Amino acid sequence: MPDLAIIVPSVLNGLTTGALYALVALGLTLIYGVLHIINFAHGALLMLGLYGVFYLNTRFGIDPYVALLIVPPAMFAIGYALQRGIIGRASHGRDENILLVTLGLAIVIENASLFLFKSDTRIIDVPYAFEVVEIFGAFLPLPKVIAFFGALVTAVLLWLLMAKTDLGRAIRALAKERKGAKLVGINVEHVFAMSFGLGIACLGVAACLLLPSYYVSPQVGHGFVLIAFTIVVLGGMGSFVGALIGGLIIGVVEALGGLFLGESLGQIGIFLIFILVLIFRPTGLLGHRV
Amino acid sequence: MRQLVILLGIFAALFLVPFAVTSEAWRTTIILTLYAALLGQAWNILGGYGGQFSFGHAAFFGTGAYTVAVLQVQFGLNPWLGLIAGAALGVAVAAFIGFTTFRYGLRGSYFALVTLAFAEVLRILSNTVDFTGAGVGILIPLEQSATNMQFASKAGYYWLLWLITLAAFLTVWWIGHSRFGARLMAVRDNEDAARALGVDPFRVKMQAIMLSGFFSALAGVFYAQFFLYLDPGIAYGPAVSVESLLVPIIGGMGTLFGPLLGAVALHTVSEVTREVIGDLPGVSLVIYGIILIVMVLFAPRGLAGLVARLTSRRSTATREARHA
Repeated sequence: MPDLAIIVPSVLNGLTTGALYALVALGLTLIYGVLHIINFAHGALLMLGLYGVFYLNTRFGIDPYVALLIVPPAMFAIGYALQRGIIGRASHGRDENILLVTLGLAIVIENASLFLFKSDTRIIDVPYAFEVVEIFGAFLPLPKVIAFFGALVTAVLLWLLMAKTDLGRAIRALAKERKGAKLVGINVEHVFAMSFGLGIACLGVAACLLLPSYYVSPQVGHGFVLIAFTIVVLGGMGSFVGALIGGLIIGVVEALGGLFLGESLGQIGIFLIFILVLIFRPTGLLGHRV
Repeated sequence: MRQLVILLGIFAALFLVPFAVTSEAWRTTIILTLYAALLGQAWNILGGYGGQFSFGHAAFFGTGAYTVAVLQVQFGLNPWLGLIAGAALGVAVAAFIGFTTFRYGLRGSYFALVTLAFAEVLRILSNTVDFTGAGVGILIPLEQSATNMQFASKAGYYWLLWLITLAAFLTVWWIGHSRFGARLMAVRDNEDAARALGVDPFRVKMQAIMLSGFFSALAGVFYAQFFLYLDPGIAYGPAVSVESLLVPIIGGMGTLFGPLLGAVALHTVSEVTREVIGDLPGVSLVIYGIILIVMVLFAPRGLAGLVARLTSRRSTATREARHA
């Protein structure tokens, strides 16, 4: 039994990793939790965002945190166009078709990246990459601490957007009653595309906050897809606070799993949680539908 | 009956293929196409006829593949017995996954995600435990003889695969013409209505997932003996699950010949792209993905649906011409 001196840093480290997961899951919460669009391309789009940040940094010397002004809007545009041009048209009234079309998008994006960017794993070189912050005796990398607070801010902003703005109200109306929303004059296609765009913009934010402490490769999204779905379901579909808490829980579970079960078996806890939650409590921890 | 005659005719012709094709390279291409049809038909039972979209058929495939490989390498068991064990374990895994998910009424996208998670759990486990060779994988020693299910000529592999695939296609023909199949399709089309008519959806879905798992596991056994190497990514990775569903979706879900059409179409496309662009990493998969998107956008009922639409249009046209 490892003692507290090992467990506490492990938990704190798990919390910061969990915040990164939460960032990726926040966008999915909007897309899957609110609009019930299964987006298998979520990981692939995150990867695109990471390459965006990577090339902005290596070609133009733009700091990842400055890229926050560029990458999320670009990702928003990509998301809006994808939903409007492809995903929205593909449903033919069936969820399964959306599943398949986003799977197709994931395959295309990932393999095109494999071709364009080669399979090498790349990292960027920023001066603060190895700076650490000491909290409760644990030394945490500065970029991860920044990402932790970035996740908090993003969750709050999304919550405000949903609660206070017309767009948020329209999205909630659509999620609840599509026909009724149409009847009161909501432009369904536009609002769907706006929400999808926002969800993908969140991935842009995640990419900017992720890259200083992470890496990018064409397959990097894989690891995030199921984790993000797990977090969304765990957090209670459509709840941003839930996604944040869910992300932190998953991060800690993974860290402790790695500590007690070893590196390769550590992630198994995540999938077991996912299966158990889906089976026994598909409404999630903070279970209510938006 | 007409369908059965066509089916048997196609398979009779397929039986003769190795006599006509003597190049081992071409035989391999044909084997991989038929193997894709088998994988696709296995998925089709549950996904096409049962309407349950599994994203984790690798769970059954990998179990079949690892069973035959592990029993052979660790316990010296003959692969023909391993085949039986692999199929049985594949069915057991299917029954377990089916029981835990259908019991709690998981449908649609929930079912898809949970099957994906099950396959991931198995991938991580096989990556960790020793008897599967963990991350290094498992290499089946080369001992070519028919009693050892390792054939010196590709033709031997072809006929083994032909037999399994024929069994899968006959099973699906039977599903299309049996009370079980009628119940399964009723559950697919409207589960609540089916229940109201006295169908037990849980039972029907369990039977479908076990049948589906059986043939997926057999495909896994074949894969292991054919390539003689396995690792967690090959056996339980998402690529198998994706191929399993891509083939019948391209070809036509819930149709007898859909998986065959889909397998031929996909492999023709990938052969042609390889000829034209060469062996660039990722390119053939990009084309797979684009085909998938285009099919879902414009032909949601697959190639078989397209064919049916064209032929029915032609027959209505001729009928109208006759009436005129």
